[in-house]
Amino acid sequence: MDNQQNNKKHINLSGFKIKALYDPKDISQIDFDNDIGEPGQYPYTRGVYKTMYRERPWTIRQLGSLDSPALANERIRQLIDMGATGVSICFDMPTIMGRDSDDPLAEGEVGSCGGVAVDSLADMRNLLDGIALDQISVNLVSNSQSSVILAMFVAAAKEQGAALEKLSGTMQNDILKEYQAQKSFYFPPRPSMRLTIDTISFCNNFLPRFNPVSISGYHLASAGATPVQELAFTLANGFTYVEEGIKAGLSVDSFAPRLSFFFKVHNDFFENIAKYRAARRIWAKIMREKFKATDERSLRFRVHTQTSGSSLTAQQAENNIIRISLQALSATLAGTQSLHTNAFDEALSIPTPRSEQLALRTQQIIAHESGVTNTIDPLAGSYYVESLTNQMEKECNQYFKEIEGLGGVISAIEKGYFQKEISDAAFNYQQDLEQKQRIIIGLNKYVQEEDTQVELRETDPAFEKNKIKSLIDLKKSRNPDLVKNHLNKIKKVIQGSDNVMPVLIAAVEADLTLGEIIGVMREVFGEFKEESIY
Amino acid sequence: MLKKRILIAKPGLDGHDRGAKIVARALRNAGMEVIYTGLHQTPKHIVNTAIDEDVDAIGLSVLSGAHKTVFAKVTSLLKEKGVEDLLVFGGGTIPKKDWNLLKAMGVGEIFTPGTDTQSIIDYLNNAIGK
Repeated sequence: MDNQQNNKKHINLSGFKIKALYDPKDISQIDFDNDIGEPGQYPYTRGVYKTMYRERPWTIRQLGSLDSPALANERIRQLIDMGATGVSICFDMPTIMGRDSDDPLAEGEVGSCGGVAVDSLADMRNLLDGIALDQISVNLVSNSQSSVILAMFVAAAKEQGAALEKLSGTMQNDILKEYQAQKSFYFPPRPSMRLTIDTISFCNNFLPRFNPVSISGYHLASAGATPVQELAFTLANGFTYVEEGIKAGLSVDSFAPRLSFFFKVHNDFFENIAKYRAARRIWAKIMREKFKATDERSLRFRVHTQTSGSSLTAQQAENNIIRISLQALSATLAGTQSLHTNAFDEALSIPTPRSEQLALRTQQIIAHESGVTNTIDPLAGSYYVESLTNQMEKECNQYFKEIEGLGGVISAIEKGYFQKEISDAAFNYQQDLEQKQRIIIGLNKYVQEEDTQVELRETDPAFEKNKIKSLIDLKKSRNPDLVKNHLNKIKKVIQGSDNVMPVLIAAVEADLTLGEIIGVMREVFGEFKEESIY
Repeated sequence: MLKKRILIAKPGLDGHDRGAKIVARALRNAGMEVIYTGLHQTPKHIVNTAIDEDVDAIGLSVLSGAHKTVFAKVTSLLKEKGVEDLLVFGGGTIPKKDWNLLKAMGVGEIFTPGTDTQSIIDYLNNAIGK
């Protein structure tokens, strides 16, 4: 311990003491073949594919959302024209919460948080108009309402004439982290899990190229989780979906190949890289040893990354451009499969087209100018990075034991374990900032009195009113008996154990709305009320 | 002196509660009595809770962009109920250009991301009971 310093300055975000120097002794325990290996080979520490970025750089997957489906569609097309190879669509708060635009609880939030308002199939149709769904990979950032969004996506693709087996993309659909961090839950955890398993099983049968769940650490980290907590809780959630799938009668290799992940880049450059390398190794080992997966694809920890929205400052906002660049570089050195770079003005407002373009160009500069794509996992063998990777794995296993002791992830959620851990980490980090134990430029050091002159995006105040009007018109145009019929059918299926997807697709094709469908599910499943832990 | 009673509220559907919870905890650690509403509250519920709990101030946390709607509703409900001695303050991603509008509704102060919790404590200590 002689060469370790007791100064918080040298403690990383996960709380590990970082030594002044790492040398061969720090990695003497590593067995190269078993712990590191070749890229594309077990345990995948160096990357999930053999050629990684040499053949094809990561997918540049930018969020393309604006309040109205038509505007969002325009934005998505622009991003594709600018060279984006995949798109992410996020939804406004009412859509996320399973409420229609005309719900009284939605007032003032229609088109909010940079998300698109989707009430019905008509909205999904407009949103995806002219986008070749069999060629562009689409990421749907939906969670508790995923079964209904998937039904709309499938119905819209069918109308386009796209073959379902060619649809590629991802749906977030990770409900566990909703209870732990993001908080857009409505049903209790167990019925939510059932809906998730139904979507996994449906995709198994009909959408073989679509990833039905993206197990997300991003939101855990945004709520305050440290990098090692993000790693441990995300993987624990991943293993929970595997267990639940198996419990529902699916064979592990029938669905595990299409489970994918979503990480956030924290500010600590090397710690972040170690997090990814450890994640790949842990996932591969446990999938093979515990869950007996034999398909190599089941062992691959494939991950989408977003730079850190919560690291961005409203103060001297242009500094965020540099933060985003460093984070993006860290993510690519860590071997991410796809990347979203944030816009620098996000701490102030919803991004403008100009700041979004700058974010996209940041990735293109890294991919085409920096030379980092020339070789795979360039940091392997670094005494520091390998040692950190080992430490991440060790600490992660400690968390697994703790969660197991609480009866697994769902029980731990019900006991408030994750919520408490994350809330404590968020508070401690804030204390560190206020006591200047950690430095954020422009926030607690090199502070300037300034009035940042950045252009801000304005939402159209008429949008909410128009959206509500068109929704009411749509609702009036339907046969009420038919609507009731569909709702009854849904009710019957969710009270039983059949897969819910076929009745949902039929319902959205008959113009039933998201709010109506979630409403009937609420009646059957009840609502989850969390105890606020702070 | 009586302990200051503060209601921290999350109106609307927005679930971004990191800031609200940090502020709630910091105020509590500073010796105030804090009631946190939890998520997804309507303005009506927030105002009723504030009255029932006899708080000195309501802090509204909004990160969805719905601040204009939410603050207008809360402040006008308070007026409707004849409550005049209650301080309303806010936090979240609220652009500076909207501050004057909110202040004209009677909102005391707005705290944006990056705010030191001590400055919120100082603000409440100064603004309440004067």
